[in-house]
Amino acid sequence: MALNAKTITNQELFYGHKACPGCGAALAIRLALKVLGERTIVVIPPNCMSTVGYIYPHMPVFVNSVIPPFAGTAAVMSGVLAGAEAQGLKDYHVVGFAGDGGTADIGLQALSGMIDRNDRAIFICYDNEAYMNTGVQKSGLTPYGMKTTNTPAGKRIHGSQSSKKRMFEIVAAHGIPYAATASVGYPEDFLAKVEKAMNTDGTSYIHVMAPCPTGWGTESDVTVDIGKEAVDCGLWYLAEYEGGEFKLNRDPKEFASAEAYLKAQSRFSALDETDFARILQERDDAWARMRRDWKK
Amino acid sequence: MSGKLFVSGDEAVALAVRQTKPHVIAAYPITPQTIVVERLSDFVEDGSLESQYLYVESEHSAMCACLGASAIGARTFTATSSQGLLYMVEGLHYASGSRFPIVMMNANRSLAAPWSIYNDQRDSLSELECGWIQLYAENAQEAYDTILQAYRIAEDPKVMLPVMVNLDGFVLTHTYELIQTAEQEKVDAYIPYRDFCNKLDLDQPKATCITAGPPYNMEFRYQQHQATLCAAETIREADREFGEKFGRSYGGLVETYRCEDAEAILVTLGSVAGTVRCVVDAYREAGKKVGLLKIRCMRPFPAKEAAAALKGAKAVGVLEKDVSFGFEGVVHTNVNSALKEWNVTVPTANYVGGLGGRSISKEDIGGIFDALLSGNLNGSEAAFVNLRRDICGA
Repeated sequence: MALNAKTITNQELFYGHKACPGCGAALAIRLALKVLGERTIVVIPPNCMSTVGYIYPHMPVFVNSVIPPFAGTAAVMSGVLAGAEAQGLKDYHVVGFAGDGGTADIGLQALSGMIDRNDRAIFICYDNEAYMNTGVQKSGLTPYGMKTTNTPAGKRIHGSQSSKKRMFEIVAAHGIPYAATASVGYPEDFLAKVEKAMNTDGTSYIHVMAPCPTGWGTESDVTVDIGKEAVDCGLWYLAEYEGGEFKLNRDPKEFASAEAYLKAQSRFSALDETDFARILQERDDAWARMRRDWKK
Repeated sequence: MSGKLFVSGDEAVALAVRQTKPHVIAAYPITPQTIVVERLSDFVEDGSLESQYLYVESEHSAMCACLGASAIGARTFTATSSQGLLYMVEGLHYASGSRFPIVMMNANRSLAAPWSIYNDQRDSLSELECGWIQLYAENAQEAYDTILQAYRIAEDPKVMLPVMVNLDGFVLTHTYELIQTAEQEKVDAYIPYRDFCNKLDLDQPKATCITAGPPYNMEFRYQQHQATLCAAETIREADREFGEKFGRSYGGLVETYRCEDAEAILVTLGSVAGTVRCVVDAYREAGKKVGLLKIRCMRPFPAKEAAAALKGAKAVGVLEKDVSFGFEGVVHTNVNSALKEWNVTVPTANYVGGLGGRSISKEDIGGIFDALLSGNLNGSEAAFVNLRRDICGA
C-alpha cells in the first residue's frame, strides 16, 4: 500500500522540539521516522537537528539516538549496526540524518567508507544548502549565488561562487545498492523512497531537499511550496539509482520559472541578469546530461 | 589454547584480544600496530574469532565505529599508533564522556613533524586529558595480560571508561618474547560479558552523546572525574584477581622494584623499565642503593603510590620519552605534583630520552643513577639523554 497522508501512521517520533517554524529538515526527519518506526536507531551529527533534539534533559526524539562526531556519522552508524548484529538484535533500522555539510563536506569520507562496506543502513542527507546551525555559512552544497554569512552578497561578489557538488552521483559512483533524491515538497515520493531504502539489503542514501526559512529568507508557511518549486523549476530533481541504473522520477516537459523561485528567497537577492543566465545555463546543461544518460 | 608461545608484542596483543572475544573490531592500519590488525583479521578468517570486523577508511572512523558499537552494548576493540591516535582524538573524548568501555591498543610512536615511525611516548602522553585510562606495558607478557585486565577495568559498572593499553613501538611491538597464554575458560570467567547500564535499548530508547548546557555540563564532568578516580581501586583489584587466577600480577598502578632502602630511584614507564631493572640489579650488586618505580597507569595517576615509594629516597629521577615543549616532561610534572600533594620533599630531576626512536642504553641509565647518587642534579631544566650536542648547537 502506497504511503500517503491517509495511510501513514499518526504516531509521532519527533515532536516538541525547538526547531524554527517551517523547518524543512525537522519535517524530513518526522516523515522518515513515521516510515521507519520506533525500532530505529538514529545517528545525527552536530547540526540543527541534534541541537534542537538532544539538549539534556529535553529529549524530543523518541527513538534510540547517538550524536556522533561531525565527521563520523556513517562510521558510528556502521558501529551501531555491527554491535547490534553481533549481539543478535533483530528487526530494527539504523538511519543517519546529516545536513549538506555533514554529508558532502566533513562527513563525506566516513560515508564513502560505509558505502564501500555496504553496511545495511540508511544515510539521509537533508540538504538546506548551507551550514545553518552555525548561522548560515557556505557548504559544498550551497548553490551558486546564495548569500551566506561567509559568502556575502555585495556589489563585487554576489554570494557563493561555486555550484553544488553532484552528491547523488558521487554516492552512486560507489555502486551503492539504492540512492535517491527527494524533496519535502514531494512528501509521498520521499516516503516511498524511505520505504525502499528501509527494504534495501545494503547501504542506501536519500538526498532530500529541505528548505530552511531562516537561511533562505522565506516565510515559515511556504517551506513545502518552496521545496516543490525547487523541483518544478528544474533547480532540483527527483531521481533514483538502483541496480546500477539511474532513473529520473520526474521529467517536466516545461520548467516553472526559476527566476520566480530564486526571487522569492532573500538569499538570492543580489543576483543580476548575468547570474540568472548562468544559473539557467547550468540547469539546462544538467538536465541535458541527465536526460541523455539516465533515460532509457 | 594455553601454553608458552614465542611471539612479538603485537601478536601477544592479538592473541589476548582473541580471548576477550570482542563483538566488534574496527581498525585502520598504521606502523607499528599493523601486525595486530593483520592477526585479528586472520583469526576472523579462520573462524577462531567471531567478531564483526569493520574495515574503516580512517582512524577517526575506527573510533567512531567503536563508539557506535559500544553505545549499543557491544564489547569493542581497536588499535592505533601516533598520527592515528591524534586523528581519533575527537572520538576519544566522546568515548570517555559518554562512558563507553572501549579497549584500544596504542603502539607508542613519535609524532610528525619531523616524521618518524620509531618509538617514543609523545602520542599517548599528549592525550592524558582525553579521559581514557592509560596503561603501559613493559614486555610482551605484560601487554598480553594487560589487554585481559583492560576489559575487566573498562567494563566494571563503577568505572565504565575506555582503556588505552600502550606498547612501545618496535621495542615491544616487533620484538619476540616467550609468553604464557591463559586458558580460555579462565579468561571467560575473569571477564564475563556485562550488560552496560548506558546502552541503547530498542525497548527503552535512550539518547547518548547528547548536549548538556551550563546547568548540567559540570555534573557530567564531575561524575566522569569521580569514575576515573574510582578506577584506581578497580585497577588494583583487577591486577590482584589476575594474579590469583593466572599467577602473574604487576602491582596495580605502579611496581616498586628494590625501592625500600633506595637512595636514588628512577621513575619511568614502558619497555625502558626493563633496562632500568637490569641496571638496578647491577648497581645493587655493587652495593649501590638504587631502585625503580615503574608507572603502569598514567590515568588515573597513582599519586599516593608514587609518593609512598619515593618518600625515603635522597634523589629521584624521572626518565620519559616525551617533552612538553617549553616546560619539561609531563611525567615529571605529574610526579612532582604527587610529591607535593603528599608532602614528600625530595629533589627530582627530569631526563628526556628516547625521542623519535633514540635508544636508551644501560650506560645512559647508569649515568643517571650516578648523577642521582652524587646529588649532582641537573637543576630545573630537563636533561636530554644521549643528545648529539655537536649537531644541534646544544
